[in-house]
Amino acid sequence: MSHTEAVDSKEAWGGGTSPFNAGYGKLMMWFFLMSDALSFTGFLAAYGFYRHDYSAIWPSAENVFTHFPFVHGHQPLLYVALMTFILIMSSVTMVLAVEAGHRMDKKKVMLWMFWTIVGGLIFVGSQAWEWYHFIHGTELGAFELGIGTFTLPDGTIEQTQGIIGRWADESKQVLLLPWREVAGDITAPYMQLTGDALKDAMANGQAIHGANLTHNEYGHPLFADFFFFITGFHGTHVFSGVVLNFIIFVNVIMGTYQKRGHYEMVEKVGLYWHFVDLVWVFVFTFFYLI
Amino acid sequence: MEHSDQPYKYAVHHSEEEGKKTRRMIWNMFWVLLVITTVEVGLGIMWKGWGIDFHYVKMTFIVMTIAKAYFIVAYYMHLKHERTALQNTIIIPYVMLVLYLMYMVFTEGTFTDYIEHLF
Repeated sequence: MSHTEAVDSKEAWGGGTSPFNAGYGKLMMWFFLMSDALSFTGFLAAYGFYRHDYSAIWPSAENVFTHFPFVHGHQPLLYVALMTFILIMSSVTMVLAVEAGHRMDKKKVMLWMFWTIVGGLIFVGSQAWEWYHFIHGTELGAFELGIGTFTLPDGTIEQTQGIIGRWADESKQVLLLPWREVAGDITAPYMQLTGDALKDAMANGQAIHGANLTHNEYGHPLFADFFFFITGFHGTHVFSGVVLNFIIFVNVIMGTYQKRGHYEMVEKVGLYWHFVDLVWVFVFTFFYLI
Repeated sequence: MEHSDQPYKYAVHHSEEEGKKTRRMIWNMFWVLLVITTVEVGLGIMWKGWGIDFHYVKMTFIVMTIAKAYFIVAYYMHLKHERTALQNTIIIPYVMLVLYLMYMVFTEGTFTDYIEHLF
């Protein structure tokens, strides 16, 4: 890439020129993205903090997001992998639009901007679909225990409040509690509650389906809180990115940048779009893979 | 939008030939990102069958994620070819504050217990 003007580093800070050899808008976009990256890092750090605090009852994402449109059965990770691919693809079309802008090729800028917007819309739609399934939950549901205690095989007594148990099967006769580590018995993966013990444990609990901000069928409610907050905040970024892309797209069609003599606006909105992709790379790893 | 009567001098332009090179770089990077993502997903689905410790899988995920982030920022966001002053202005404050956040997670969370169990 050739810049139109080279800045002499000795005179760069003397005034009258940009020491960064970048336009004001592009520079400010970089500063904004840096601060926004810190916000997301803060969210993910908080997520990691609580995840390890509640590691025994933290749900594994591969047991939560197992649906794929029009396909039955367990498909862990595949749908989110597709979403990731779509977002990477739209990042490619975006950078191709920026490249076409550098050659003042209006038609190509239009074409690639269009595909970027399409990719962004598919991604937002996929996120809505995934939220729907997470909120809706499974048919079987789970059971959140109320105030009470029960004795573990090694004799220790545990509080039951807020513990989320899963049903072993549809008959709802056996509740599985997440205590495999304390029980120390690898052959029995979960502590099982049946008969009278189950009745006692269920006395002041409640059945839950799906997830919201206070209850989560799949495990600790904080998992749901962080999921809604982090993917919601990211989804908001994707959505506003689509809106910005659309505005710039209309301007490109009207020839605004052709008249101006440069497509730097496409470059700026491109930076924002790549950042959205970048954040998803981290959300994908820390939320779905780890 | 110009606020001076000088023509805007910071916009990037390049020729047809340079464009070809850039496009080749863009598609190469696309394949790199796609391969890394595919390996990540494959590893995420299959690591349990291989009998390896999850800590190694986790570290592999983190290293691959940082590699992907580097490729996106350096090549797609073009930071690699910006002036050093601009690179430092973005990278240094970010890394400093992220190290602080990581310190919080490693020391204040029960992450410390988790690390003790590693050895």
